[in-house]
Amino acid sequence: MFVLCEQFGARFSRALVRKLAYLIAHSGTMTAVLPLRTTPGSTRSRPSLRTVLRRVAEAVVTPVLPDDYLDLIAPMRAGADLRGRVVSVTPETRDAVTVRIKPGRSWAGHVPGQYIRIGVDVDGVRNWRAYSLTSPVDASDGIISICVKAIPDGKVSNHVVRALQPGTLIHLDQATGDFTLPSPRPARALFVTAGSGVTPVMGMLRNHLDELHDVVVIHSAPTEPDVIFAAELREWAEAGRIRLVERHTDTQGMVGTDALDELVPDWRFRETWACGPTGMLDAFEAAWADAEITDRLHTERFRPVIIAEGEGGTVTFGTQRITVDADGATPILDAGEAAGVLMPSGCRMGICFGCVVPLKEGAVRDLRNGDLTIAAKGDGIRIQTCVSAAAGHCEIDL
Amino acid sequence: MTATAEKFDLTIDGTAASTPKAPGVPSARSATRPTNTRLSTAIAERRHVPKRSGKADPTAHLTAEDVEALAMELDELRQGVLESRGVEDAAYIRKVIDVQRKIELASRAVLLFAIFPPAWIVGTAGLSVAKILDNMEVGHNILHGQWDWMRDPKIHSTTWEWDSATPAALWKHSHNELHHTWTNVIGKDNDLGYGIMRVDEDQRWTPAYLGQPIYNFLNMCFFQYGIAAYDLEIGKQLAGRGDKEDFKRNGKMVLRKVGRQARKDYLLHPLLSGPSFLHTMAANATANFVRNVWTHSIIMCGHFPAGVETFARASIDGESRGEWYLRQMLGSANISGSKALHIMSGNLSHQIEHHLFPDLPSNRYGEIAPRVQEICERYGLTYTTGPLYKQVASAWGQVISLSLPNPEPGRRRVGIAAQQIGKQVRRKLRNRRPVRTA
Repeated sequence: MFVLCEQFGARFSRALVRKLAYLIAHSGTMTAVLPLRTTPGSTRSRPSLRTVLRRVAEAVVTPVLPDDYLDLIAPMRAGADLRGRVVSVTPETRDAVTVRIKPGRSWAGHVPGQYIRIGVDVDGVRNWRAYSLTSPVDASDGIISICVKAIPDGKVSNHVVRALQPGTLIHLDQATGDFTLPSPRPARALFVTAGSGVTPVMGMLRNHLDELHDVVVIHSAPTEPDVIFAAELREWAEAGRIRLVERHTDTQGMVGTDALDELVPDWRFRETWACGPTGMLDAFEAAWADAEITDRLHTERFRPVIIAEGEGGTVTFGTQRITVDADGATPILDAGEAAGVLMPSGCRMGICFGCVVPLKEGAVRDLRNGDLTIAAKGDGIRIQTCVSAAAGHCEIDL
Repeated sequence: MTATAEKFDLTIDGTAASTPKAPGVPSARSATRPTNTRLSTAIAERRHVPKRSGKADPTAHLTAEDVEALAMELDELRQGVLESRGVEDAAYIRKVIDVQRKIELASRAVLLFAIFPPAWIVGTAGLSVAKILDNMEVGHNILHGQWDWMRDPKIHSTTWEWDSATPAALWKHSHNELHHTWTNVIGKDNDLGYGIMRVDEDQRWTPAYLGQPIYNFLNMCFFQYGIAAYDLEIGKQLAGRGDKEDFKRNGKMVLRKVGRQARKDYLLHPLLSGPSFLHTMAANATANFVRNVWTHSIIMCGHFPAGVETFARASIDGESRGEWYLRQMLGSANISGSKALHIMSGNLSHQIEHHLFPDLPSNRYGEIAPRVQEICERYGLTYTTGPLYKQVASAWGQVISLSLPNPEPGRRRVGIAAQQIGKQVRRKLRNRRPVRTA
């Protein structure tokens, strides 16, 4: 018994000595102060000086991040969240403006026809909306521009058109979208636009008109003064660079697909880009489908599917993809838990914010005062599930 | 509703709903007490549950209709602020954060030369102010979700972290959820004496409370660690209750945060100061101490001063929103003072308004305070307030006075305490004596 103990003790102490020796030997590369992560498989590789400096900076300013301090001084620097400074806001029509924005140094550029999402604080609340870029891609001052038309009850568009001041810092996302011109450029092109639907097309024409030799633009607006970019389009038409069909729908009616044969007899042989209201795009898609040339039609839908605001709705929960029907009086938290969804929760009366999760898409109503919160794709608005009931279909991110 | 929905109970209070327990998240609901009754102002009848001390119920004069009307008035007050919330409020919090960061940067820069006494004094004072602002007007209120409405991911309860030993996630649970929901309910709200003190005569006295003036003093000096230990629910662990796994995971989180905070204040910044190493270290320790004393004092004034009510556990069964509001009003105390005091206290000087509406932006508490006070008067409820020195003295007075048991007619409190201690000692001795059966 005693022998066994002794043997065990000896083995144990040998292991201890080995461990200590290892620690001492490697203490040169170990930093007790700043645990530096190294890539797996290459435990010997030293982190770059840059990484070390960043870690030190992080440790010095914890619990905030070095970026939080840098944002005080240089919010537009490279590596920062993408922001932009409004350079100017100039009217195009009575309810549309062109906003010129100097993007931060993280801006990665764009392809004409693409859009960006801008995050603007309206009444202190950040709202994100998508707008097409209308600027030349190679502007020497690096300034980008968008065109915004105020839509009735549009929170962001009305703010941008009527209240946005030059000098304001706004938030940006990188450009995205595939409503762009192919390479090589099409021999014959047709652009059909309505209202502010002309903006992505303007982005393409301003950049690539020289490379396009046969262009027809059909552009509709309610009345003559409502035609966005009228002067520039007419100028191109007069110079013979495009054939412009300008329609004032209040007096002339909408351009239906039946009018196409008359306006553009060869429309079936043209590569076509269409942007405008949903009804118009649906009709065009149907006509192109009938002609079995859907691959020649490119459409861009500006307004997402309108989220029905009602009482109750189906709620889909995160990666578990569990869907329940919830009525307009049941907190989403209760509806989710009843269906076996694991959800964070807390006070269950709206005060502790322990149940806050992002609403990816949908509409919810605050059970305490009936306030409606609507999230479009990409918004990820954080809601309190314990006091929010579904007001339409909801996607909850968990 | 469709067939899918009928399988589940989707009642407003979720009475019949099964609550799956998320990992590490204790279920807040029991079968008998649907917590969602607080979502409704509807109230069937007033119930009065007497407390051990036999103290009169300060709400006994209110009928069910009164309480419902009170709830609606307060809801309206809240709605008014929500509707006028906007650009100016957003600008306010951004300004406070901006000022806090600049004071902190400047103070830490000055402290690089802490070896020179004027630099030490200016730097330490600045850093103390920065730490207090960070914890109170900025951190406490952002973590309450008061600024979530701005939808700015950088100023949001789910992403914010503060200059304190306790990690934001743990604090949000123990403070926002437990303390704010169960405010001043004996046996449910651990903020009543933090589990180490007796601050209300309805809490049962034990001899351990004799030391509470000392505990309170020590807690004041090391308050940030006190909060961390409190949020970890160390007491519960020592008593053998509580989830071991949770404790381990949270413990690691706390140690990591404590380590980072200490490394910054006591190693890295002193190292950056070179020859001022020790001076900077002392300055940072002093700033932490000043912040601890200040926050402890302000927080003590929230619920400990004389005049604040506590509530029996059984009294909150099926509580309506109006009854919850009543409990918040009577269970909190304000501090009167200047604008600077309100900002430096994170507007916890408006503790009553904060407890009624913990999610309203702190800069708006001041403007609704007179209306809350008027409502209190109209409904015959006490609105406890006073200047800082008085409230601090009152809270300390309670801590000292309640370290002894409650008085009984014809007996001195010291006598009762001595008798109790004697009883306990005798019981201990009896239990230690070996039991002989043969």
